Amino acid sequence: MLKKISEIQSPRKAYGETLVELGKKNKNIVVLDADLACSTQTCMFEKEFPERFFDAGIAEQDMMTTAVGLSLTGKIAFVSTFAMFASARCLDQVRNSICYQKANVKIVATHGGITVGEDGASHQALEDVAFMRNLPNMTVIVPADYTEVKQAIKYASETDGPFYIRIARGNIQTIFDEKEYKFNPDKSVTIKEGSDLTIITNGEELLETIKCAELLEKDGIEAQIIHIPVVKPLPNDIIQKIEKTPLIVTVENHSIIGGLGSAICELTAENKPVKVLRIGTNDVFGQSGEQRTLMEYYELTAEKIYKKIKGILS
Amino acid sequence: MSKSIQELKDFAKQVRIDILKMVYGAKSGHLGGSLSCTDILAVLYNNILNVPKDWKNNPDFEKRDIFVLSKGHASPALYATLAHCGFFPTDELKTFRKLGTRLQGHPCLITKLEGIETSTGSLGQGLSIAVGMALGKKLDNINSKTYVLLGDGEMQEGSVWEALMNASHRKLDNLIVIIDKNGLQIDGETSKVKNIDPLDKKLESFGFKTIEINGHNFEDIEKALIEGKNSNKPFAIIANTIKGKGVSFMENNAGWHGKAPGEEDYKKALEELQNA
Repeated sequence: MLKKISEIQSPRKAYGETLVELGKKNKNIVVLDADLACSTQTCMFEKEFPERFFDAGIAEQDMMTTAVGLSLTGKIAFVSTFAMFASARCLDQVRNSICYQKANVKIVATHGGITVGEDGASHQALEDVAFMRNLPNMTVIVPADYTEVKQAIKYASETDGPFYIRIARGNIQTIFDEKEYKFNPDKSVTIKEGSDLTIITNGEELLETIKCAELLEKDGIEAQIIHIPVVKPLPNDIIQKIEKTPLIVTVENHSIIGGLGSAICELTAENKPVKVLRIGTNDVFGQSGEQRTLMEYYELTAEKIYKKIKGILS
Repeated sequence: MSKSIQELKDFAKQVRIDILKMVYGAKSGHLGGSLSCTDILAVLYNNILNVPKDWKNNPDFEKRDIFVLSKGHASPALYATLAHCGFFPTDELKTFRKLGTRLQGHPCLITKLEGIETSTGSLGQGLSIAVGMALGKKLDNINSKTYVLLGDGEMQEGSVWEALMNASHRKLDNLIVIIDKNGLQIDGETSKVKNIDPLDKKLESFGFKTIEINGHNFEDIEKALIEGKNSNKPFAIIANTIKGKGVSFMENNAGWHGKAPGEEDYKKALEELQNA
């Protein structure tokens, strides 16, 4: 399942390429963007199918509801902008016009998390998963890499109803082998077995978590790693997997409030109370900085996660 | 078959009576803005729209004209109009706003009520949805029209202007925007709360061919809608109306925006509407 040869790829490009692929097969695929087509990579679709691409300009609310109208005439509407604007700016449109009537609109939000970098807090969506996870009928996916983005986009296009798919800005090491990995929305993905603790993660943090587990292993600590691309609805195999470990650590490139960490706390509190340490941004806004520097500062790198886990285990 | 002016009058009279009964029965709902757009809906559904009454069972369903009630709080007017046109039994009007009803407080797509094209209710979104629908029909080469009705207070929503800009940018000659300009909103006169005028000039500057009519004159309404239908650019109709039209003590009274009448007011209003 895991890719043998290390390769750095762009998850955003995976999105653009998949859109083109889907567009060739299905003339009902339409794409909307809000003046960020080159950043979100919807420009690849625009180039191939200009008649099915609609730039809303800098008007995210209008983009969302226009997509609703298109979907109500039988189109599969992909809508893209930065995660910041796709979630907060038009939340009412997403709630009342997309989710309430189960419109066939796929929101693919790029530039999620602190790793937006230099643009700073106004552009770093750290709450978007929390906003979206609250909405009935919404499926929320945070893919980890290039391979998973491709498969998640295809899955969304084939599945009726609203989706929020969050993609990171940066190029990252591809984890999953394109031929062997099969995205399954109903299952969590066990990356590594281990009985001392379970680390639950998704998105860009999967890679950091894998590296963190290697550091723990050197100290004789065996961490189980579970990757959960679909934050909502949560797959129902998690409880069974965490039954044997006395500690759970959640790691996400998002606020610890309302995202994956919260979802796991809700699940365990009701089904199998266990100590949970949530790692993410801690109820703060971000700031400008280089991607890696920010990850260090907000303690989202493998080394920082390792230190936190060691702290709680000692 | 088109209805004559007298038939339209009779139709609107019956719809107004049902609006009153629905809001009284539910002990809640929006009378003022429903009564102001009743005549517009009467003309639209009887003489303009090409929409199959057997709804999705009709083989030509995809070719139908579309109507979006962006001012979703006027749902009683839309529901009563649809029922009297034969989309669903008039008996169902009694369930308005009651638990489990298909006639939700604001139009709702998922209850599958025949005639409802989209959920609305949160103001400022219906026009943008209608723009998307008009675009979708163009992509499919379907030569139908999309009509959308907004309130004048709703024009204060910024998203309405985003949608207007989009419609004219994309040269949507298959879109007809109607504004039910009754001049009142919850907090009082629209001109005092936040003035939207000169609305005609604003719409024109946004690329819309705009005309202004008396929204209670059936001939005016029909003429305007036909002009809109044949227009080669996005078309807007400013329909000057009276909030609460048909009930003397509700007319031009913002207090009747979203209030149900008590028994005494109900009887008085019903008598006035029946004797109209």
